[in-house]
Parts: sequence; structure tokens; C-alpha cells
Amino acid sequence: MSTLTAGAPAEQRTPLRPARILLHVFLAGTALAWLAPLLWAVFAALRPYSETSNKGYVSWPDKLTFDNFTNAFEQSDMLHYFGNTLIIAVPSVLITLLLSSMVAFYVSRFDFRLNIALLLVFTAGNLLPQQVIITPLYRLYLLIDLPGITMSGKLYDSALGLVLIHVAFQSGFCAFVLSNYMRMLPHELTEAALVDGASVWRMYWQIVLPLCKPAMAALGTLLSIWIYNDFFWAIVLISTGENMPITSALNNLSGQYFTDPNLVAAGALLTAIPTLIVYFVLQRQFVSGLTLGANKG
Amino acid sequence: MTTDINTKSPEAAAMPPSGPAPVKRVPRGHKRLLTRRDRITLSFMAGVPTVLHVLLVWVTALASIALAFTSWDGIGFDSIKWVGLDNFKQLFTDNPQFWPAVEHNIIWFVVLILIPTPFGLFLAVQLDKNIRFSRVYQTAFFLPVVVSLAVTGFVWQLVYNPDTGLINSLIGANKPGHYIDWIGDPKLNLWAVLIAASWRHTGYMMILYLAGLKGVDPSLREASSLDGANEWQTFKNVIFPTLRPTNTVVLVVTIIEALRAFDLVFVFNKGAQGTELLSILITNNIIGESSRIGYGSAIAVVLLVISLAVIIPYLIATFRKERRA
Repeated sequence: MSTLTAGAPAEQRTPLRPARILLHVFLAGTALAWLAPLLWAVFAALRPYSETSNKGYVSWPDKLTFDNFTNAFEQSDMLHYFGNTLIIAVPSVLITLLLSSMVAFYVSRFDFRLNIALLLVFTAGNLLPQQVIITPLYRLYLLIDLPGITMSGKLYDSALGLVLIHVAFQSGFCAFVLSNYMRMLPHELTEAALVDGASVWRMYWQIVLPLCKPAMAALGTLLSIWIYNDFFWAIVLISTGENMPITSALNNLSGQYFTDPNLVAAGALLTAIPTLIVYFVLQRQFVSGLTLGANKG
Repeated sequence: MTTDINTKSPEAAAMPPSGPAPVKRVPRGHKRLLTRRDRITLSFMAGVPTVLHVLLVWVTALASIALAFTSWDGIGFDSIKWVGLDNFKQLFTDNPQFWPAVEHNIIWFVVLILIPTPFGLFLAVQLDKNIRFSRVYQTAFFLPVVVSLAVTGFVWQLVYNPDTGLINSLIGANKPGHYIDWIGDPKLNLWAVLIAASWRHTGYMMILYLAGLKGVDPSLREASSLDGANEWQTFKNVIFPTLRPTNTVVLVVTIIEALRAFDLVFVFNKGAQGTELLSILITNNIIGESSRIGYGSAIAVVLLVISLAVIIPYLIATFRKERRA
């Protein structure tokens, strides 16, 4: 590759050079190789099981249908699990954003001594592997009785329990990002409001939060995908298969309903669709969220 | 994490609309103007999230440490017995899965840092060249990061399945007698999972490095090429050194990813022989038949100590730099 001359500014003027074509060939080839596992799954999902079991999976398709997708969706009652995810993810994202922006508001505007210590606690907590805390957390969830509030009567095996741990875990990261962001807003802004007699809550809700919209949008996108994709918390903290969010339910469904590889492929791809939609629609937000909070594991 | 990344990256939509507002330390904050009600509001705003976070994350982490020195069947607090270092002794000397798990976590890190990380950097450097279709390529490489690890596990199983999988079908190893069992064979399965993990990690690293590269001053590049340096020399002597903050982030992210590795292996084979990991041992101890709380906590403490040894120095360095800024 050393034949390529560096220097982005010169690029517009120079015509297409052989080295540049070579680079495109390389990138296109690699990109295709990167998509290959997913395309393979799509290919398997589109073929009837009878055909693939006769001819083998590496063979020319006679028939491509969406039957596997509709079967996987209906047989396993996937809609129900998407519903479970919705009940968990929507409150988790909203509460995380609310709570972390409140902490960020406090540390960035009012208490500079506590600022670093508090953020350190939040950020470090967010970087811990989830398994470090799971044993006591699991016991704690079993011990907390909530008769009449959750279906299980406990924090264990309830959507509420999952929402709480998502909020507690993710708010560390969001508080860090938002506090950095809020510190870049001019101080005079809130100072003036305070002199005019605005309450702290109004300052937060009507002045600071609206200015943080871009950061909140980026974090909201990121959180939605992370929480949707979460597998571990529900595997341990939910015992009833019926109550699982879709990503974790996939594990059970694949044994129960998705009896052949074609159905497994269809089922797995179906669960990926919402994340893909969010990603393609909000790509900018997602990527900027990820890079501004690059500490996230 | 680093402010370097988010302040320099033009990608970041998340920049405050008002331009010139450097982080100036204001000595007193707004405190002196607060009414009583404001103070109560503020303590709620800071208090509620902190209590929730500390209770569910830090108190449980500390409880892991405390429980690691006890034996407890989980029924009633009276049955908690102090056993000193017994759990650790047993873990280090008596558990046939423990040392393999430690080894696999280390291999996981070494593979991620040696293969997908440099490759992600390489792709980022190529894509940063202002070329056509850059977005399309980026989307392809980044797609595996967006899809959940559970889905990734299922998709790769379709590639690895001994009977029906892509690889064995292509090389003719799907007939009885010729089977290559990518998922079951303990000599192969870790590497098979690591390929899937690297597939995902590359895109992640590419995005981090792309953001880092956007922050490199273009005049540096120009000066270097005017001096007659070729592309590799420019990269080695000019670009790479300025990527230092990104490299730190990448190193920490990769270590944390290696310690967190769980979903893929759990979907593949639940951590059967050959793919044991610390995270898997802890989880199996909880959902398994013979749950031993103290023992599981001892494994968690090992994981916690390793994690904090990485997290704390990194965060202290980051926050110190920020305070100076």
C-alpha cells in the first residue's frame, strides 16, 4: 500500500489511480466477507427445510420463500416477547436518561468538589463486568418481596427488576457523558436564570435539558440498542420463559420451536430487525454516542 | 470516554450549540443563590440516582467480596458461616475449570488486541482517506456491532454446524467420519468463538479509530508528505503517535470486553469443555443445580480484582487530565 500517497486534501484533484482502484477492490471484498455470515443466514432462512435437507445447504436454490420467517414468528409467539422487551426497554431508557441528566446537572453546575468523586463511582461501576455483582444481586432480588406490585411477588422474575438494574448500570455511563456535555454550556446561562429567581428545577428542565437534546438523542439511541440486545440480566434474573425479553428468549425458543437450522436462522434474523432499523435510521446518533462515550465496554 | 474524542470529532452530533465555551472552572457554582426548596430539589436530583446506582452496583460488588469468605445456602441470614479463605483455596487448587477459564479469558484478550484491533485500525486508516463509498464500507464493517451477541452466536452456529454449516459443507467435512466439530471439539471451539468475537470487535475498533483519526490535524499530514515521507512513514511517525488517547481507550475497552465475554459462549455451548470463562463459571454456579453462593462470589472477586486493576488507574488518569483541562 506504500504506493498510495497520503494527503486527503489532494484527493479531489487527482484522477482515479490504480492504487485507489486496488483499495476499492480490497475494501469491497472485505466488506462482502464481513457480511457473509449474515447473508448466509438470510439465504438459509429463505429456503424450505425439505429442500436443504435433500440437496444440502450449499446448493442452488429452487425456491425462496418467507415461510420460515412467518412460521418462526407465529409458532413461537414472537410478538409476545417483543412486547416483553418493549415493557422493559422503554422505561429503562427514559428513566436512565432522566436520572443521569439530573446527576450530570448537579455535578456540572453546583458541586465541583463532589463532581469527580461521584463521576468516578458512576463510571467505574459501569465498567465492571456484570457477573461481578450477579450473585448477591440475584439473592437480593429473591429476598425483596413486592406482593401485588409484580406478577411474581418478588423483584426476581419481574420486568421491574430488569428495569432497575438496567437503569442503575447504564446511568453511570450516561451521567459521565452528559456531565462533560453540560460543562461545556456557558455558565452565565444558568447564573442569569438563578439571579432572576428561577427555581433549580426550572433551570434544569427549561434551560439545560433542551440544550442537551443532541447528546440525549445519541445516548437514547445507544441505550435502546444496548438494552434491546442485553442477554445476560434476563437469563439470570428472569426464571419464567414467558417473561423473557426477546433477545434472551431466543435461547429457549431455539430449542423449543425452531426445530431446524432454517427456522433458527429466520428467528434470529427477526430479532435483529428492530436493531437494524434503529441503526439505519439513527446511524449518526448511534456512532456519535459510541465515540463520545468510548469508555463503554 | 476521553473528551479528546468527543471534542475533536466533527462526527459527534453531540456538541453544544453555543460555540466558544471552554471548560472554565467556576469557583463557587450557584450555591449561594439557592433557596431552601432548591436545596431539597437538588439533593433529590443527585441523591436518587446515586442511591440506586450505589445500592445495586457497589453494595452488591462489596457483598460479593464479603460472601466470598462465607458459606451460605441462601435460606435465612442465620445460616451464613464464616469460612475464611476456604472458597479461594478450593477454587485455586480443586476446581478443574478455574485455571482453564483464566487462561481462556487471557487468550480472549490477546487475540482481540493482536488481530481485530490492528485490523480495525487498518480499515479506519483506509476509510479515512476521503474515498467514495466510505459510508457503505463502514456500515458493512459496523453491522456486527449493532446486532446482539446472542444473534451473532446463532448466525455463526449456522456457519460452524458440523452437519449443515457453511464451512463443513464447503470443505466436505459434513459426512460421518469426516466431521470437524467446530463447536464441540475442545481443541477447536475456543478459536471458533474467537473468530466470531473478532468479527464483531473489528468494527467496534474501526469506529473508535475513525473518530480518533478525524481529530488528527490535517496540516500534520500535509507537512509530513511535503517532507517526502511515504504513507507508512507518515502513519508510523506522525499519525499513530497522535492517536495515543484513542489507543488508551481501545486498550481498556478490549480488556473489559475480554473480561465480559459471555453471551457468545453461552449461546454456542454454555461454556462446555474448551470454552470455560470466569463469567460463565459464575453464571453456571447461580443457575445450576448446586448453587454455592460463597464459592460463586469467590470467582466474582477474582474477576472484580482484575477489572478494578484496569479500571481504576485508567479512570484516575482520565479524570486527572480532565481536571487540568
